[in-house]
Amino acid sequence: MSQNAHTQTNAALHEAHAGEAAGNEFLAFTLGNEEYGIDILKVQEIRGYEPVTRIANAPDFIKGVVNLRGIIVPIVDMRIKFDLGEPVYDQFTVVIILNIAGRVMGMVVDSVSDVTTLSPEQIKAAPEMGTTFDTDYLIGLGTLGERMLILVDIDKLMSSAEMGLIEEAAA
Amino acid sequence: MTVEMSQFYQVFFDEAEELLAEKEKLLLAVDVSAPDSEDLNAIFRAAHSIKGGAATFGFTDITEVTHMLESLLDRIRKGEMALTVEHVDAFLAAKDILKMQMDGRRHGTSVDQDAVNSVCQRLQALSQDSTANATPQTSSVEQHAAVAAPIQAPATAVGRSFRIELPEVPQRDVDALAAELGLLGVINQTVLDNKRSVFSLVTSEKLDDIIAICSFVLDPDDLKISEEGPSAAIQEPDPGYGFFEPLKSAVDKKETSAVEMAAAAPAEQQGTDAPVSVEGKPFGRRAADKQPVTQESSSIRVGIEKVDQLINLVGELVITQAMIEQRTGSLDPILHERLLNSVGQLTRNTRDLQEAVMSIRMMPMDYVFSRFPRMVRDLAAKLGKKVEFVTRGAATELDKGLIERIVDPLTHLVRNSVDHGIEMPDARRANGKDEAGKLVLAAAHQGGNIVIEVSDDGGGLHRDRILAKAKQQGLPVSDTMPDSEVWQLIFAPGFSTAEAVTDVSGRGVGMDVVKRNIMAMGGTVEIRSAKGYGTTIAISLPLTLAILDGMSVKVGEEIYILPLGYVIESLQPTSADVKEIAGQGQVVKVRDEYLPLIPLHKIFAIEPRFTEPSQGIVVILESDGKKAALLVDNLVGQQQVVVKNLESNFRKVAGISGATILGDGGVSLILDVAALLRSSRQLNAAPIFS
Repeated sequence: MSQNAHTQTNAALHEAHAGEAAGNEFLAFTLGNEEYGIDILKVQEIRGYEPVTRIANAPDFIKGVVNLRGIIVPIVDMRIKFDLGEPVYDQFTVVIILNIAGRVMGMVVDSVSDVTTLSPEQIKAAPEMGTTFDTDYLIGLGTLGERMLILVDIDKLMSSAEMGLIEEAAA
Repeated sequence: MTVEMSQFYQVFFDEAEELLAEKEKLLLAVDVSAPDSEDLNAIFRAAHSIKGGAATFGFTDITEVTHMLESLLDRIRKGEMALTVEHVDAFLAAKDILKMQMDGRRHGTSVDQDAVNSVCQRLQALSQDSTANATPQTSSVEQHAAVAAPIQAPATAVGRSFRIELPEVPQRDVDALAAELGLLGVINQTVLDNKRSVFSLVTSEKLDDIIAICSFVLDPDDLKISEEGPSAAIQEPDPGYGFFEPLKSAVDKKETSAVEMAAAAPAEQQGTDAPVSVEGKPFGRRAADKQPVTQESSSIRVGIEKVDQLINLVGELVITQAMIEQRTGSLDPILHERLLNSVGQLTRNTRDLQEAVMSIRMMPMDYVFSRFPRMVRDLAAKLGKKVEFVTRGAATELDKGLIERIVDPLTHLVRNSVDHGIEMPDARRANGKDEAGKLVLAAAHQGGNIVIEVSDDGGGLHRDRILAKAKQQGLPVSDTMPDSEVWQLIFAPGFSTAEAVTDVSGRGVGMDVVKRNIMAMGGTVEIRSAKGYGTTIAISLPLTLAILDGMSVKVGEEIYILPLGYVIESLQPTSADVKEIAGQGQVVKVRDEYLPLIPLHKIFAIEPRFTEPSQGIVVILESDGKKAALLVDNLVGQQQVVVKNLESNFRKVAGISGATILGDGGVSLILDVAALLRSSRQLNAAPIFS
């Protein structure tokens, strides 16, 4: 319910955003040595890591589920999934709660840095190689002065069969 | 008016729909030979409220039908005429008409005017009949009131006399109004040159009441009412209060109607001194607006999202409370006695609050079941069958969202059962069965599911016919398919084996829709059928928001919830009772019965504390008549848990039916016992137990 409400606001924001055409805002986070960016509108909130309830026979990178204000939310550790950095869990571990197609899910990353606005000119097409993420899941590369953000199409990635978060049959 | 009125339409429709459903239920339950006056009053009140609402919004067609209905009902409840089966039938027909008119207003669906007229005539005819037959003392309420000649009688001078001049309206409305006003006192009707009607009314009721009644039929703006007679000088101090009066109990009405005949004369005699002209509008509008409200209203309408928000907030509160309890648990009970007492009280209150809030969303299955007796009755009558309809577990509670979505599939299934399942009486007799078929609608909680069954003791499904039909339609079938697979064929789109397509069922649309709807709710449909003995269709639905009695068990660091309904007992077996079966796992001997052992830690790949059954605890579970022993480390406790759907944000997990939130805010998974037992059976292919 609150989740639905959120989706709606997100959708509304999206529309408003598309109208501006001034560029998109991205949330920058790090995994290992690389810096990534995802569409800020997909982000519901950012939280610390709390103990999860393990799900039997799930792949390693699916840590389990947590209770997010009454909603059961699966938590994925990107560091395990993409074999980046050290999967340590302490008070600095960050979980980005995403809202994708009405579903809420959490993603563990090394750290979250900031929110940046990138104009379309700043976004370059991703090369056909190089990153840990399959290029299918990339929007492009964002340049911000010295920094380079790998822009991830988080919608596509999280809904992919590879992540196994969403049952394909379910619709 | 229309602008601000339209926002109330929805409320009116919702209310009216409930009232209609209530009315139908009462009508079906009423004992024709000895009707309970409370029931009759309730039916009357329902009709009256709908009329009031419809008039407020200017739905004259609805008003007309309800008015006729109400007049007839009024006389029955007053004992002026006896209730007959025809009455009940006519009332039921009228209910359908009202529903149709309401849908017409609401969704713009077409209204069958012929049907409306025929029902109106039927009601009219019934009330005419009885007018003729009824005792002379009370006969003139309806028909004669309009033309009532003054009858000489002792003057009941308490009444005041009003002169009511109507605008130009159809004679039917005038008659209706005359009849209605006749209930208040003595009425006399004259027609002016300009075809306007004038009533003179002597009544002890207040002016506002009269306006309120008039506003059912016509616009009070067009109404001219003047008060005549001696008491005219006493104006109502606050005219606004009057409208609570006319809905006095039946007793009051009875009195006035008994008086009305007697009091006709004064109306004539009272002079025209000091007529008080009243502008009808303000009172009339207010009175009419308030009409539905004055009914005993014991419920309010709240948006479902508000309720959900409330439930979530209370859930948060419970977790916060649990946290406080945990923190204070470590304090010295003597030093902090008062704090701890308060915390204890908070705990109790929070629990009560949570329970109360949870119950808001839950509705008894009766909400769905109650609409079927009527349908079955009509269908059976139409088809010339005899059906005994039984419902079980109507008090089983289910989330409101699901309950609304289950109505359509169930309607299909019940129709099918009556149409195809139950045979004609003579065929039943020939088969040595009771003439009346039995149709059972049952609901029960079964672990994490609610199971709703529609079963009949009819002819059962014809395996051969279904197979033949399937072949004809080119479905992939073989003659050696197991029954359960054959039965599933009837869910294929466009599949119907009915010999004749009737307007009841048999077109082959339906079963596939039923299946689709139920699948969409995450449920399953199962058919059990035996030729000659009947068919049972079982719908199993997951409970998204149901509360479940659970037993928490611990394996390693994990806590799982076992739905208590599956749990028979738990025990610690001696090592002698545990036997190894080569390549098939272990069995546990429990009271001369060998049960397969399901080691939960193996299935879920958990590091347990104990791998030896004799060290841990085995919980004996039963599902579908099969038992098994689940090995866990230890039992934690028993508690009510709120079932949360795991699939709303995640995928389905084998062996898990849902999740719940524990007191400490953590998540615990609910085991899908039926699936666990099934998988254990697959592991041990050969049946071990007798």
